[in-house]
Order: sequence, then C-alpha cells, then structure tokens
Amino acid sequence: MIVAGIDVGSLSTKVVLLEDDRILAANILTTGEEGVVMARKATDEALRKANISFDQLEYIVTTGYGRKSISFAKESKSEMMCHAKGAYWLFPSARTVIDIGAESSKIIRLNKNGVVEDFVGNDKCAAGTGIFLDTMAKALEVSIEEVGELSLKHKEKAMISSMCAVFAESEVVSHVHRGTPRNDILAGIHDSIAERIFGMSNRVGIMDDVVMTGGVAKNIGMIKALEEKLGTILHVPEHPRVVGALGAALVARDSK
Amino acid sequence: MIVNYGYTDGSGDYYIVIDTDKCDGCGKCVDACPQNVLELAEDDYGDIVVRVRDEVKSKVGYVCLGFNPGCSKNEVNCRSVCEHDVISHTW
Repeated sequence: MIVAGIDVGSLSTKVVLLEDDRILAANILTTGEEGVVMARKATDEALRKANISFDQLEYIVTTGYGRKSISFAKESKSEMMCHAKGAYWLFPSARTVIDIGAESSKIIRLNKNGVVEDFVGNDKCAAGTGIFLDTMAKALEVSIEEVGELSLKHKEKAMISSMCAVFAESEVVSHVHRGTPRNDILAGIHDSIAERIFGMSNRVGIMDDVVMTGGVAKNIGMIKALEEKLGTILHVPEHPRVVGALGAALVARDSK
Repeated sequence: MIVNYGYTDGSGDYYIVIDTDKCDGCGKCVDACPQNVLELAEDDYGDIVVRVRDEVKSKVGYVCLGFNPGCSKNEVNCRSVCEHDVISHTW
C-alpha cells in the first residue's frame, strides 16, 4: 500500500511517500503560494520522482502549521504526534525529540513504545527558532548554510543576552561595531538559541536518546552548542527536515 | 500525556499545563473559564480532552488571567471545578 505524509510548515512544505516500510520519495518545497496549491505541487513532484500516479495513493495524512487547509488529504494530525512517530521509526531508542523548525521549536518526550508523554512547544517567540538564525546570518552577511561551520571556529564566545530576536539583532550589530570577530558572534548566537531550548527542556526533562529534527538540525554549530548545553549526544537523521512528513506517512500507513 | 501550552518570554514562563491522561472530557473547566481559553477536542489518540484554543496559544499570558494572580480569587475557576487535577499554571 502506498501512502503520503505532508508536513505543511511555515516556511516549507515537505512530502514523504511510503510503501509499507520503504520510503519511495521525499520532496521539499518552500511554502509561498496558498497551502493547498503548494502541497499538491510538492506531492506531484514526489510522485514523479517515484514514478507513480496520484490515484495510487491510498491514504494521505497532513501535519504542521497549515495542515487543516489541505482539502485533498484524508486526515490531519498534530505535529507532536507526527514528529514523535517519525523520529521513533528512524531511532527506536529515541526518548526525546527536539524539533527546531523555521518559526517554532518543540520538545517531545516519548515512552519506550513511542507514545508522546510530555510536550512543550514555542510558537510565539522567534528566539530559539530557525528564523532567528536566518535574521542574524543576514545581519552578519553570511549565508545560512555557513553559519554553523563558522561558529565552531570561534576563539571566545560573544555574549548575546537578549531573550528577544529583535533586541538580539541590535546586540549583534553593536558587536559588529565593536569589532568582535564574526565567528565569535556566531558562536554567541548559537549559544543563545541553545539556552532557549535548554530552558524549554527543563519543563519536560531530557531523556536519552535525544533526536534532533527540523531544518536547524542541518546546522552543525547548533548541534554542538546544544550538546554542550544539554550534556548529551544528539542523533540527527540523514534528512532532518522531512521527519514530520515521514511521521504523517507512518500514521497514514497504520490507519488503514 | 502532559501538554504545555504557552511560551517563555522576557518576563517569565506562561504555560497552561494539561495532563490529558487524567482528563475525562467533562468540560466543566471550559464553562468555568471567564476568558474562554479552553475547549474540548479530540486528541491524536481519539480521546475527547480539554486543550487551549489555537487562537490563544501564542498569547496565553495576556488572555488567561493566571491562576495565582487572577482566578484563584474566584469561587469558580478551571482548577476548582476539576475533580482530577488536570490543569495547572506556571504563573
């Protein structure tokens, strides 16, 4: 049976096609147009990659911020359940999932059967999310792909104390004026996000093994900063951005 | 499952913490809330439980009066009507 999981995020739409225990195709598109148009486009591209037709999809489950607007899907499930399912499928030893996406971050604690026990999210504040990193990268005129690597080359970490993304940006600008080396500022930025996630983690408690998902998991500097702050090793899937969509596909597979 | 609805900002922690395993979906807290913060809905596992309304999630600190500073003074509040101690607040 072939099923699809669609994760409609605030910045990108992710699709995973699944046949039983095998991933047929995955696809990521940046969300720009109306959610449903974008989701259909992303699905069609994935179908083309896997060389199958839309009619062959037996069940479609959506998740993410825009999940309710997708009319061609059969069902929608919350992000926490889908991320938990996806991460647990990839790493059966996972007990904690840290997801840092473009505009939200969440920490999910699972029991040994992969069922969600504890959940904390943050979708009000930009500090501690991908968009924060993006804004800071722009302020420092480096590309978002490079920030992680560069932050590891710091000599000493610059202090970024603001809790707010807007104020933190002005702090970064004053560091630039003061002549603080760029890599030190970047290390400080990564640390401030890690600090934020650490604060959230105190609400649910971190249990090993920890899996990190979401776009920010592609940033090696963030992984290192978080590992240092949380005092544990983070397991990062090969394609961290599609874990939510994978989870949705798994829900679709199991609901038949 | 324990769900933390809310956020941390510069002024503190604003979370409404709901233990869905204890909730029997009676809905008394929904009626008790003067600010219309709560609603009943089906969760991912098919149980009807209380949750914080989507529109309120990102402004809980402004909409909910908070238990200690606000509703604890009311005779009826979301915690007093609940027989199973489902709801707690962090501020």
